[in-house]
Amino acid sequence: MRHLPVRQLLVIGVAAVVLALLPFQLSGYHQTLAARVALYFVAILGLNILTGYSGQISIGHGAFMAIGGYTTVLLSIHQDLNLILTLPVSFAVAFAAGILVGIPALRFSGVYLALATFALAVSVPQFPLKFSTFLGGSNGLRTTVTPSYLWLYGVSWACAAASFVLAWLLLRGRIGRAFRAIRDSEVAAASSGVALPIYKTLAFGVSAAYAGVAGSLLVLVTNGYAQPGLFGILVSLQILIGAAVAGLGSLRGVLVGALFIALLPTVAADVPVIGSTHGQDVVFGLIVILVMILLPNGFVGLLSGLERWFKTAIKSDPKTS
Amino acid sequence: MLGLAKRKTSVTTGGSLPVVALLAAVCVFLAIGCAVSSIFAQQTVAGLAQGAIYGSLALALVLIYRATEVINFAQGEMAMATTYVAYQLTIWGLTFWLAFFVTLLIAFAFGVIVQVVFIRPVQHSVIAVVIVTIGLFILIDGLVTWKWGGELRFMAAPFGNNVYRLGSVTLSRQDIGVLLVSILSVIILWALFKFTKIGLGMRAAALRPAAASLVGVRVNWMLALGWGLAAVLGAVAGMMTEPSTFLQPTMMQPILLYAFAAAVLGGLESPAGAAIGGVLIGVFMNLIGQYVDFATAELRLPIAFAVLLVVLLVKPNGLFGRRQVRRV
Amino acid sequence: MAELLALENVTARYGPVQALHGVSLTVAEGEIAALLGANGAGKTTTLRAVSGTVRRDGEIRFAGSGLSRIGPDSTARLGIAHVPEGRGTFAELTVWENLRLGAYTRRGALKDDFARVQTYFPWIDERRHQQAGTLSGGEQQMLALARAFMQRPRLLLLDEPSLGLAPLLVTEIFRIIKELNEHEGLTVLVVEQNAHIALQLAQNAFVLEVGRIALAGPSSELERHESIRRSYLGY
Repeated sequence: MRHLPVRQLLVIGVAAVVLALLPFQLSGYHQTLAARVALYFVAILGLNILTGYSGQISIGHGAFMAIGGYTTVLLSIHQDLNLILTLPVSFAVAFAAGILVGIPALRFSGVYLALATFALAVSVPQFPLKFSTFLGGSNGLRTTVTPSYLWLYGVSWACAAASFVLAWLLLRGRIGRAFRAIRDSEVAAASSGVALPIYKTLAFGVSAAYAGVAGSLLVLVTNGYAQPGLFGILVSLQILIGAAVAGLGSLRGVLVGALFIALLPTVAADVPVIGSTHGQDVVFGLIVILVMILLPNGFVGLLSGLERWFKTAIKSDPKTS
Repeated sequence: MLGLAKRKTSVTTGGSLPVVALLAAVCVFLAIGCAVSSIFAQQTVAGLAQGAIYGSLALALVLIYRATEVINFAQGEMAMATTYVAYQLTIWGLTFWLAFFVTLLIAFAFGVIVQVVFIRPVQHSVIAVVIVTIGLFILIDGLVTWKWGGELRFMAAPFGNNVYRLGSVTLSRQDIGVLLVSILSVIILWALFKFTKIGLGMRAAALRPAAASLVGVRVNWMLALGWGLAAVLGAVAGMMTEPSTFLQPTMMQPILLYAFAAAVLGGLESPAGAAIGGVLIGVFMNLIGQYVDFATAELRLPIAFAVLLVVLLVKPNGLFGRRQVRRV
Repeated sequence: MAELLALENVTARYGPVQALHGVSLTVAEGEIAALLGANGAGKTTTLRAVSGTVRRDGEIRFAGSGLSRIGPDSTARLGIAHVPEGRGTFAELTVWENLRLGAYTRRGALKDDFARVQTYFPWIDERRHQQAGTLSGGEQQMLALARAFMQRPRLLLLDEPSLGLAPLLVTEIFRIIKELNEHEGLTVLVVEQNAHIALQLAQNAFVLEVGRIALAGPSSELERHESIRRSYLGY
C-alpha cells in the first residue's frame, strides 16, 4: 500500500466532509454517542495493531485506558492543564506503561498472555479503591472543566483521524512488515533478522498509548469522571470483541467494530421483545457468538468476500467479457 | 520424523523434587501454625474449603485446556447458571441433594451442547474461541439475570449451619462438607480418567488427536465429553459456593479469577496442579488477609494476580506443568 | 484369493498440491503387498487415502463394498489398522495403555489378545507400566505392531516400519510381520523405501512415481526388472 489509489482518497474525503458536517445535525445525546464511537475506534485500532498485526492477544487494554483516563483527570485537577494538552501526556504515559508490560509479556504467548493481560485488567481498577485518597476511591475523580458535546465530538474524531493516519504510516513500512512477519511465524521472523523483542514491545507500547488516549476520551465523555467502575473487565472485553468483529489484521473494518460496540447496547435496549437491560446482554452476547461463527474474519472478511463475489459476478457477465 | 534416540525418562508430568519439597515445607508450616494459633487454624480450614472450590473450577478449566488448548472464559458463568437450575429444582420441591445430582446431569448435557453448538464451529482459531467464550459469558449472564433477576436468592443449606469445636478452634460443618464433596468429585474424576476405557480415549484424544483417531477414538466426541465433565465440575463448585456467596449472577466471577490463578499456579496442563493450586491460593489468601494489614479486601484480587504473574514469569509451566516443546 | 482392498483412480491433494494423480491397485486377502517409490512419490498419501486421514476422490473398495469418504476413526472400526509415519505411539502413556488403545474399537474381553501379543512380543509384559516414549526405536516399532494387532484388523497398513532401525532389528520386525500374516491371516500393505527387504517379504509390489503407479506385479518379477534394480536396488 505505497500510494493510496484515487478511490480510497475519495472515500476518505467524503467521510471527512460527512464527519465535519454531521454534528450540527445531531442532538447533544447523539453527539456524545458519536464521540463514543470515535474513542472506541481509537482503542480498537490500537488493539488491532497488537493482536491483529503482531499476533499478541491482550484482554487487558482496559487497564491502559484506566491509566490514560486517570492521567487526564489528575493533570486537570493538580496542574489545571488544558484538557486537550492532557491527551498527548496520556498517550506518552500509557505508551510507557505499555512498554513496561510489553517487556515481561515477551515471555508469554497465546493463552498465557491472554491470562496475564486479563489479570492486569482486573487488578488495575482495584488500585484507585486502595489508594482512595489520591485516586478518588470508588466515587472517582472529576476534571475541573467539563467540555461541551460539540467539543467532545470534535476532539474525539480528530483523535480518531490522527490515530488512523499514524497507524497507516506505521504499518505501511518496515514496522508493519515486521509486525506481520511476527504474527505469521515468530521463528521465521527471528531467523530473518527481525529483532523480535523490539518490535513486540513496540507493538505493546503503541497499542497501549492508543488505549490511553481512548481512556482519556472516555473519561471526558462521562462528564469528566474517572471511576474504577468505568474501566472494569467489560471494557477490555468490548475492545477485543470490537477488534474481532472488525477483522483482525486490517485497518478497514475498525469503524464497523467501533460502531458495533458503541451502538449495539443502545440498539439492543430498544428491542421490544427483550426490553430490559439484561436483554441487551443476551442480544450482545448472541450476536458476538454468531459473528465469530459465521464471519470468522470479521467485517473485513465479509468485505473481502463481497468484493470477490462482485468481481466474479462481473467476470461471468456476458456483456463485459 | 520422530526422534528415534532413547528419550529421557522424565517425559512425565513434572512432580519434580524441588516442587515436592516446597509443598512439604508448606504443609509443615501450616501444621505448626494451626497447632500454635487457633485463629490460624480457623483461617486455614476456611481457606481449605474455599480453596477446594477454586480447585474444582480450576480443574474444569484445566480439563478443557488439556483437550483443546483454550481457556473457557465462560466456565464460571456456566457454573453459576447450573446453580440457578439447582435452585429452581428446589423451588419445585426437590430436596437439595436430589436437585444436586439432577443438576449434575443437566450440567453435563449443557457442557456437551455448548461444545458442539458454539465451540466446534470455531475451534480452529484460538482468538475466535476466546471471543466465543467471552460472548457466552455475556450471553449466559444476561439470560440468568433476565430469567431470575439480579437480587439475592437463597437455597437451603446443604450441610446445615452447625459448628464443631476442636479445642479453641471452630470448624463449620459447611466447610468440612465442601471439602469432602470437592475431594470426592476430584477422586471420581481421576478414577474415570485412569481406569475407564472412555477416560483413556479422552486422554489419548487430548494428547495426540491424530493418533487417537487412527485407533478409532472419535476425537470430536471426546472433546464434547470433556466439556460436559468440566461443566459438571463447575456445577459442583457453584453449588458448594452458594451457601457463602448466596445466589446472584455475579457469584462465580471472583471465583473464576482465583481459579485462573490456581490453574496457572498448578500448571495449565496438570489436573493435580489445579487442585493443589486452588487449595494453596485459598489458604494463603485467607492467611494473608488475616495477618498482613496492607492486604485489605480491595487488594485480594491484585494479590492473587500478582501470584499468577510471578508464576508465569518464574516458572511458566506452573508447579506441575510439563515442559512445553515449541514445534518449529 | 479374494480381493480385500482395491483402489481405482484415487486422487488426493494437500491444499493446492496434488499428491496422487490416479492410483489404482488391488491387494488380495491374506497377502502381503509392498508399495515402493522414492520420497515424495505419494506412498504415505496412498495409505492415508485408505484410512481416511486425507481427503480423496476416486473409488476404494474394502471387503467387497465401497469405502465411503469417512474419517480414520470410522475406518478403524471397519477393520483397517493404520500404523503411520512416526508410529502413532502415545509417548506419554504406558505400554499397556497403548495396547488398550489399540483395542479401543473392540468389545469384550481382551485377555486372549494380550496372550497372543505376548507370543509375538515376549518382552512386552514385563514392561507394561513403562512409559512408551522411553522405549527404544525398535521397541516402539514393535509396540506399534502390537497395538495394531490388538485391533484384530483385517487389513494392516504399515508406513515405513524399517525407518531408523538397525538392520538386525529390521529383519526382526519383518519376521514378525510375516508371522502375523501367516498365522493370523493378516493382510498387509506395507510402504517401504527399503525395496530389497520389502520385495523379499511381499508377494506383490507396486511402484509409485509422482502420484501414479508406474510398475506393478509379483515381487519376483519386479526384483529382476531393470529400472527397479537401478533405482531402488542399487545394481
